Amino acid sequence: MEKKWFTISIYSENNVGLLNRISGIFLKRHINIESLNVSKSEIQDVSKFTVVVFMEEELARKVVGQIEKQIEVIKAYYHEDDDTIYQESVLFKIASNLLFDERQIQNIIKDSNATIVTVSRDFFVLAKTGRKHEIDEMYQQLAPFGIMQFVRSGRIAVTKAEMPISSILAAFKK
Amino acid sequence: MSTQIIKEKKTETASKTTIKISGAEAIIHCLLAEGVDLIYGYPGGAIMPVYDELYKFQDKLTHILTRHEQGATHAAQGYARVSGRVGVAIATSGPGATNLVTGLADAQIDSTPMVCITGQVGSHLLGSDAFQETDIVGISTPVTKWNYQITKASEIPAIMAKAFYIAKSGRPGPVLIDITKDAQFDTFEFSYEKCKGVRSYNPVPKPDLTKISQAAQWINEAKKPFIVYGQGVILGQAENELKELVEKAGIPAAWTILGLSAMDTDHSLNVGMVGMHGNYGPNVLTNECDLLIAIGMRFDDRVTGNLATYAKQAKVIHFEIDPAEVNKNVKADVAILGNAKETLQLLLPKIKENTHEAWHSEFKKKYEIEFNEVIDKEINPTKDGLTMAEVIKEINIASNNNAIIVTDVGQHQMVACRYAKFNQTKSNVTSGGLGTMGFALPAAIGAKMGAEDREVVAIIGDGGYQMTIQELGVIFQHQVAVKIVVLNNDHLGMVRQWQELFFERRYASTVMVNPDFVKIAEGYHIEAKRVSDRKDLKSTVQAMMASNKPYFLEVKVEKEDNVFPMIPTGASVSDIRLK
Repeated sequence: MEKKWFTISIYSENNVGLLNRISGIFLKRHINIESLNVSKSEIQDVSKFTVVVFMEEELARKVVGQIEKQIEVIKAYYHEDDDTIYQESVLFKIASNLLFDERQIQNIIKDSNATIVTVSRDFFVLAKTGRKHEIDEMYQQLAPFGIMQFVRSGRIAVTKAEMPISSILAAFKK
Repeated sequence: MSTQIIKEKKTETASKTTIKISGAEAIIHCLLAEGVDLIYGYPGGAIMPVYDELYKFQDKLTHILTRHEQGATHAAQGYARVSGRVGVAIATSGPGATNLVTGLADAQIDSTPMVCITGQVGSHLLGSDAFQETDIVGISTPVTKWNYQITKASEIPAIMAKAFYIAKSGRPGPVLIDITKDAQFDTFEFSYEKCKGVRSYNPVPKPDLTKISQAAQWINEAKKPFIVYGQGVILGQAENELKELVEKAGIPAAWTILGLSAMDTDHSLNVGMVGMHGNYGPNVLTNECDLLIAIGMRFDDRVTGNLATYAKQAKVIHFEIDPAEVNKNVKADVAILGNAKETLQLLLPKIKENTHEAWHSEFKKKYEIEFNEVIDKEINPTKDGLTMAEVIKEINIASNNNAIIVTDVGQHQMVACRYAKFNQTKSNVTSGGLGTMGFALPAAIGAKMGAEDREVVAIIGDGGYQMTIQELGVIFQHQVAVKIVVLNNDHLGMVRQWQELFFERRYASTVMVNPDFVKIAEGYHIEAKRVSDRKDLKSTVQAMMASNKPYFLEVKVEKEDNVFPMIPTGASVSDIRLK
């Protein structure tokens, strides 16, 4: 079966130790987590994990089953990229002289809709939010000029389909 | 019970509706409120406040001092498996806690309800590599159904209630609660309410009636239906429903290693064991049935062999409480989620009576082949050396098939599960999923304490016996009337068998030079006998079973006997070898 990128969304209680349990499920199956983000969700006291992985769909289904089995997990889903609207953020730290000396850098900033966060004597910082391939592309463009530091956030995603967590929670109470 | 204790306290505290007690005392009240009257454990610095309270409550809560924390977990497992209640084990921090890990892992994979309580260093010392500090919550995470660290006394009632609820509900499993020493000392206003649910946890999925109707239709239409049942039948208390289904529809049924004893072994439609050392017919005919009905079993790799060739010709119906097990190993054409008792009750009225005589005769034919090639030679041997199977046969005879059999791991385990006969449920206690050597002796202690009116026979190999041999101390101290049968072949028998079959007889580190087991048992003041001659076997087994005290029996068996049939690792179930 072909490997694909999947976004795994996990709605859970906000409890200490759950990250350890969830990461252990990936560890046991030797699955590398490409990115991970944990935050509040749209429901009070419910956290949302967004995990990006590259794997076969059959494995994604089994992993989601194991995740849902955890006591404090309310529901987990897996989605292909086309089923989600997602964003990632990135920061580039670049030597200041390039900003003034390299015309091409200015074009990259303008074309990519990146923003300049700060400029100092020695360096400036660019921020960009976008899809994975947009960030990859910007990295490729800037790399030849020299990137002093590069950091990228975990993916955050919402799905096109409904994720009816509130009704699931209501069902738990019955 | 705890209500009574709390009432007594209430009178002491006049009109207060709650009582102010230490965290350590609260733990005792929580245990009593959950109906616990027996726990296994080992004291140490970080759990001493709880032990101090246990001293005060020893008239209501019995503590069994095992000789190793691993023994405490296996004893709690044995107790839980035969009683259907939650087993409880307790230990101190650091090494005490880490010694619980094997038992936790065993309970996790075999779905045994267990609550383990560990002491922890004071909360101000957490993370400082303090004396006897380990991150037991982190360590035990992969091998527990749930775990939690308590750092405040006031958390104790709710967390303990949640622990017991999670351990016993749905697919049962082990829970670990780690409690810092300051939380044990601190006082708080105690009140207790049993947990009735956890928001994010749905222990028993609701059955889908449409799928049940579909399953019934397929069962009624099938020409060669075959049931494989597992421990889910026992845990779901669905033994009667299973029997009714088997008898009404005339379907041959086979057990997994943990399903054993859910149906009478001698029932005419009970056709044997599936899996690596299971019976010939059930394994081969798995690949000939037209409908495979899996009930409360999880298609373990030791059951299925090569998945690529497992029951490919059959439709598969899977009755299962844990959604994560559905389509994990074998794809189900219909998966019926829920408790086995409930789902089978919904199914039964839709099932038509049938006999499937021609299909059943296929199993009988295969049994005859296996009997002539293997079974007869094992239970009625003509060669000089004693076989493990004939020892099991004598135990069956002496116990009227009515003993609880506790086994360790290895050849003796497979032989016991093949040849032991049961006429009551919850009678087979073994380490199925983890395969833990050292399980049987402490598990037998727990089993006897969980079913005091029944005979408990521990059947153990010479290797596994020495892994927890120190628990003879518990048997002696508490006069636990278990019968210990060590089948001694002076080898790590199963590994040696694999070395013979797959590693060109290179017996690397599998020969055991053993001590005098009889003298060791006698050192613990346990009556002990050794049998190495067939003429003494029957009378000695009968004497053992007639005893109402602990009894140790060493049987010197053939050193290089193999367990057959056998499905080599990775082979198909229909490629099972008879020799």
